[in-house]
Parts: sequence; structure tokens; C-alpha cells
Amino acid sequence: MKPERLSRRDWLKLGAAGVAGVSGATVLDLASRGGAASALAASGAMPREPGTAGATGGPHAGHQEAMGIVGMPGPDGPFDPAAFLTDFDYGEVTTRADGRVVRRWELVALDRDIEIAPGVFFPAWTYNGQVPGPTLRCTEGDILQVEFVNAGSHPHTIHFHGTHPPEMDGFEPIVEPGQRFTYEFEAKPFGLHLYHCHTMPLKRHIHKGLYGTFIVDPPEGREPAREMVMVMNAFDSNLDGDNEVYAVNTSAFYYHHHPVRLGVDDLCRIYLVNTTEFDLINSFHLHAGMFKVFRTGTRPDQYELTDTIMMCQGERHVLEFRLENPGMHMFHAHQSEFAELGWMGFFEAVERLAAGEGVPVRDRGAHGGHV
Amino acid sequence: MAAMSDERSGGRPRPRGPARWVLGLLPLALLAGLVAFFFGADPTAPFRDAFPPVEDLTIERVSFPENGVMRVHVVNGGPEAATIAQVIVDDAYWQFEIDGDATLPRLARATLELDYPWVEGELHVIRIVTSTGLTFDHEVAVATLSPRPNALYLTTFGLLGLYAGVLPVLIGLLWYPFLRRIDRKWIHFYLSLTVGLLAFLVVDALEDTLETSALVAEGFQAAGLIAVGFIGAIVGLRALGNLGRGMGGAGSGDAGGGGVSRGLTVAYLIAISIGLHNLGEGLAIGAAFSLGEIALGSFLVIGFALHNTTEGLAIVAPVADRRPALRHFAFMGGIAGLPTVLGAWAGGFSYSPTLATFFLALGAGAIVQVIVEVTRLIRKSWPQGLFTPLNATGLLLGLLVMYGTALMVTA
Repeated sequence: MKPERLSRRDWLKLGAAGVAGVSGATVLDLASRGGAASALAASGAMPREPGTAGATGGPHAGHQEAMGIVGMPGPDGPFDPAAFLTDFDYGEVTTRADGRVVRRWELVALDRDIEIAPGVFFPAWTYNGQVPGPTLRCTEGDILQVEFVNAGSHPHTIHFHGTHPPEMDGFEPIVEPGQRFTYEFEAKPFGLHLYHCHTMPLKRHIHKGLYGTFIVDPPEGREPAREMVMVMNAFDSNLDGDNEVYAVNTSAFYYHHHPVRLGVDDLCRIYLVNTTEFDLINSFHLHAGMFKVFRTGTRPDQYELTDTIMMCQGERHVLEFRLENPGMHMFHAHQSEFAELGWMGFFEAVERLAAGEGVPVRDRGAHGGHV
Repeated sequence: MAAMSDERSGGRPRPRGPARWVLGLLPLALLAGLVAFFFGADPTAPFRDAFPPVEDLTIERVSFPENGVMRVHVVNGGPEAATIAQVIVDDAYWQFEIDGDATLPRLARATLELDYPWVEGELHVIRIVTSTGLTFDHEVAVATLSPRPNALYLTTFGLLGLYAGVLPVLIGLLWYPFLRRIDRKWIHFYLSLTVGLLAFLVVDALEDTLETSALVAEGFQAAGLIAVGFIGAIVGLRALGNLGRGMGGAGSGDAGGGGVSRGLTVAYLIAISIGLHNLGEGLAIGAAFSLGEIALGSFLVIGFALHNTTEGLAIVAPVADRRPALRHFAFMGGIAGLPTVLGAWAGGFSYSPTLATFFLALGAGAIVQVIVEVTRLIRKSWPQGLFTPLNATGLLLGLLVMYGTALMVTA
């Protein structure tokens, strides 16, 4: 991020119609292209279709859709951003003799080249071969056992946010390649947390991909909603201490090309985590709607209503909203630079989503809650 | 070779053994075998995995053919193939079309076309992201519509070349009648002054060469290009000079210190050398216009014009005590000046740092050879050559005059 260049960016100046016009234009086009997406990916380059962005014409017509990547973002090996968005890993559940719920996971540190934008590969360090790592979800009071296996080339750990004994904090011991360690603690307090490697040099271990979301549900659960997890992350692909790709859930522009389908007026909930390295802050902005921010997800009775939220690295909030109108709603970082470097997407609000369509609704029953 | 010819000239019987062609080809065959073995056995394989990818793309030029469109000319100067995956313009990913495969083999070129709303007169930074996530940047200091080779621009660049190159040289040639009327001693003063002018030009040209060579893709070996151009010009012009003397000078004989032809040969050599040098200058002028930098000053043209007028003087000084036909002046003026026009065209429509480096080095070498020739000319009359008090003063004055006129060339 080079601040002196920010003034040069004309993104927001581009259309007098403002950013709302942006989403409209791009989405109409996406919709009309429909299945052409995969054909575009196959051709390796987006065809130029000047003038489709608006009737205003002029030399800049068509630039709204010329922004972005060449090719179509898709699944990358074991990691599919579409599935990851709504994938919550509740672990292997057993009940102890005293009636406490025990959840068990295995996380394996692996080196893997991941695709962060079409055709751009990044030598990542991962949990279970994916960046971000699996979204671990439990209920306050559960006993958690996370068995960590280091199959990578460097020493790693898992450091969980939340309350637990210091010896389970993942600062020590360092788990050397080929070794394993089991973290065991009680899940508390309820809220939205995260986990990440805490081996020095910390900056490198985090920015290379060792992080994930850790959700502790309140004992009484939250109101059923269409639930998503979004990890704001970024990649310094040329290792110059400055990010080249920004995204939610790793893949640049993924939800821009594959809009997230939601029902009009349905309660929607985002578990939003910021793990961006190198930049001081990241942010989330929703178009054509407002959302409630539950900071760290720890106080269901306290929230702020806004459409833009700024977050430091490691901060995470639960967002809730209902989209009142059908159509495309853009969401992106409100740092224009991050947005245009990949952190940009669409919600597509649909009047009546058929069962099994779009982002699934989750309530306490959906994940078994208390067994 | 030397040993062999010795044997033959000594009239000794040919030594027994393999035929000569076998002996000549044997080292080559062994070398081929070594190369084949190297590729086959791949002895560096154990190191390779540990190395980061070696990629080195160079954006040679960015052109703006029309509003809202930019073209990025890329060359792969690295030792291995590289794949262009994405392009970032001013910190935003931007879609592009590529004229061929996105994977560029070593020394291959590609042109990317983007629908980008570039802003007249502003700075833009183009960044290529390869498949390995490495990035290669190019900054356009001042974006401006690129000239297209139509009548208007051909005329404009032609006139620029004329102003900067041809006319000043011709004006410089008009010093001839003046030189005719002065004492022989003073002619050598002016010849020494010429050496000063040219010595300045050599340093100036070499600096330009090195500056431009920084933009050359690594694979094209700027240092090698400079060596070939610089040394090639010296050797080539020297051989040309000897050829000229052989043809024209034989009749008049060396005893008289050369007649019209000797001085004329030197004058032509100077004209050719300055022509080569002006080709490089023309490239600079054309490129400056097409890169939008001319907005910073038509000063460049005026500066070159003042500068080049002294070059006319350099051409006529060797023939000051002779009486060549008038047509020679026209020819020499053309040879020295017209390359500026050609250079301006080439630089304006398709600037290539690689070619520019080569021509600038060629020009620098050419001038070195001219200095040698003029010095020899002075030596004919004055054993101390350049280092009589008067001649040395002339040389230093030449350097100062050039420095003064160079202050006019700001770009």
C-alpha cells in the first residue's frame, strides 16, 4: 500500500452514478453472460466488449468490467471458495462420562502451492492443505481436542484466541516438522475467534497462510440465519513486504465472478475475520444495505448499525443483515486499492430461494448443537 | 594457424597425421560433446529445486494508441520461460488481451492490450504478475497519445530531425569560407577545437548509452551490445579510412602530406561518424516526443541544434586548406544530418531501448575514430600534435563550448 498513489486511483470518480452504478453494470453483464464464464476461463482472456457498461458512452465506457483479472477463479485442489464459505467443521463429537461434549479435530501443517488468482501460484504454508484453515466450530463449554501434526518443512504451532490455560496457548511448545501436539481446552467465551501459527518469525508464518476461523457458539445458540465465514486475507506474492493479492477466502475476485446467493429479507450472518498481514487495517463495506456489527460476537445484545466496518489484523466481528431488495449487492474492502486488487464480491438477493439453493440456513439443530 | 603458416612458408613437408580439416573441427566436436553431456547429465539438477524461479520480464515500452487503450510491450530477458498471469495497473487488476501465448520463452516478445482509462499527462504504473507471483513494473511518467506513422507525424518528426540535425550541420559548414581565410596555424587551432568538441561528445554519448542500456532486457546483454557497437565502429571506420586512402591517396602520394583527398577522406569520415552519432540523437528526440516528455521542453531540439552546429565546423576543419567541390559539402551535410531525421522517425514510432543502446554505442565509437583521424592530421604539421599551447587551448575551448551548449539540452 503506497498512500501517495491512492489519490491517483479514480475508481470512485469513475462513474457519476457512483459505486451503485458499478454493481449494476457489472452484474447485468454477468447475468447476461451466464454460462459464458467457463468459456472465458478456457480462452484465458476476457473478451473486450466495449460499451456494455452503460449507455453514457464516452471513451471510458466498458472500463468497469475491464477492471479485474483475466480468467475465471475456481476451486484450487482441496480448496473450493464456494464450499469454504458455508463450511463449518464441528469436529468428531463424543460425550464424556460426565456428560460434557468433546470435539476432536486433526490439523496437519502442509506446504502447498495455492492458486491465489487465476494462474498465479503462491508457495503457502497451510493447515490441512487449505488457506484459510478449516473453520472450527463448537459451543461454549465444549471440551476441545485439536491434534496438530506438523507435516510441513518448518516448525509451527496453533495459537487459539479465547480463554484457556497458557500451556495450551500455542506459543510454546514449538512443534518441529514430523512432531505432533494435542491442544486441549474448554471452549470459552462464546464469540468469534481465530487461530493461527505463533512461530517466529510470526509475520512470515501468518502471511504464508497458517490461520483459520474459530467459532464458539453461545449455549443458547444464535437466531437461525444464512451463515457464511469470510476471512479477509492477502498475499505478498513477490515477497517485498507489500501485498499483491487481496481477497476474502484467498481467491481474488472469486465472489465477484461467482456471486453469493441469498434470499430477500432472510437473516444473513457473516463471521468476518481479518488476518491481512502487512497492512494495518482491512475493512468490509456492503452496498445497498446496512448491517449490524456484533464486535467479536461476544455480546448478542450490543451492536452497531453501519455499512462499513474497519478492522485491525486479528479483529473479527459477527455481521447480521437482511437484504430488502432483489438484485446484486456489491461487497468489498472500502480501501479502493484492496478492492481492485481482488477483495471484491457480490451478494445476489433472490425473492424466493428454493430449498437447498444459495447459502444454507443454520440453526442450532443444523450442527447438532448440544448432543 | 600461425604455426601452420610458418611451417608452410618454411617449405617443410606437411607433417603426417589427420587431415587439416579434421584438426580444425576436432575442438568444435569436443565442445559439442561437452554441451550435449551437460544437457544430458544435468549436473546442476541437485541445486535447481532450491533456487527460486528465475524470471526476468522487461516492459520495454507502453504505448497509448487511443483514449482508453494502452499497449504494453514485454520481452522475456530471463534465462527461462515465464508466464504472464495477471496485470495490475495503478494497483488495480486489469483485464488484458495478449497477442499469442501467455508463456514467453527466453527472448520472446508479447504485446498486451488493455482497456484502461489512462489520464493524459499523468503517471501510470504497469505491473505484470507472473504465474509464480513475481512482479515486473514499468512506470510511464507522462501518459500521452502515441504518435502513429501518418503523414502529419512523419512530417513533424522529419522537421524535428531537420531542425536538430540537418540545418545546424549545414550552418556549421558555412564556416568553411572563414577557415579558408585564416592562417595555417589557426586552422590547426580549429582542428584541435574540433577534437575538444568530439571528445566531449564521446563522453556524452557513452553516458547516454549507459543510461539507455539500463532499460534493456537482461537477456539482450547490453554490455555486449555496447562492446560490439563501440569497438565495431572504431574498427569499421578505421578500415573504411584505410580503404579511402588506398583509393584516393595513392596518386597524390604521401610525401605531400596528402592532397585534397586526404583531408576530404577525413572530412567524410567525420561526417559519417557524426551521422551515426546523430542517428542516436534522433532516436532520443523521437522517443522523447512519443513518451510525452517533450512537453518538458522543445528545448531539447534547440539544444541539439546549437550542439550540432559545432559538428559542421568539425567536418569542414580538415578541408580548410584544400578546395573540395561544392557538392561534397552538400553530401557531407546530408550524411551527418539526415540520420537525425531517420532516428527521430524510428524513435517516435517504435522506440526500442535495445536498438537505441546499440546505435548510441556505435555513435560513440565512431567519434573516437574521428578523434584519431583528426589528431593524425594535426600531427602531420605539428609533431607535438594537440599539445602545442595554441592547440591545447583549442581543445579545452572545444570542451567548454560543448559544455555550454549541452546546458541547453535539459532532457
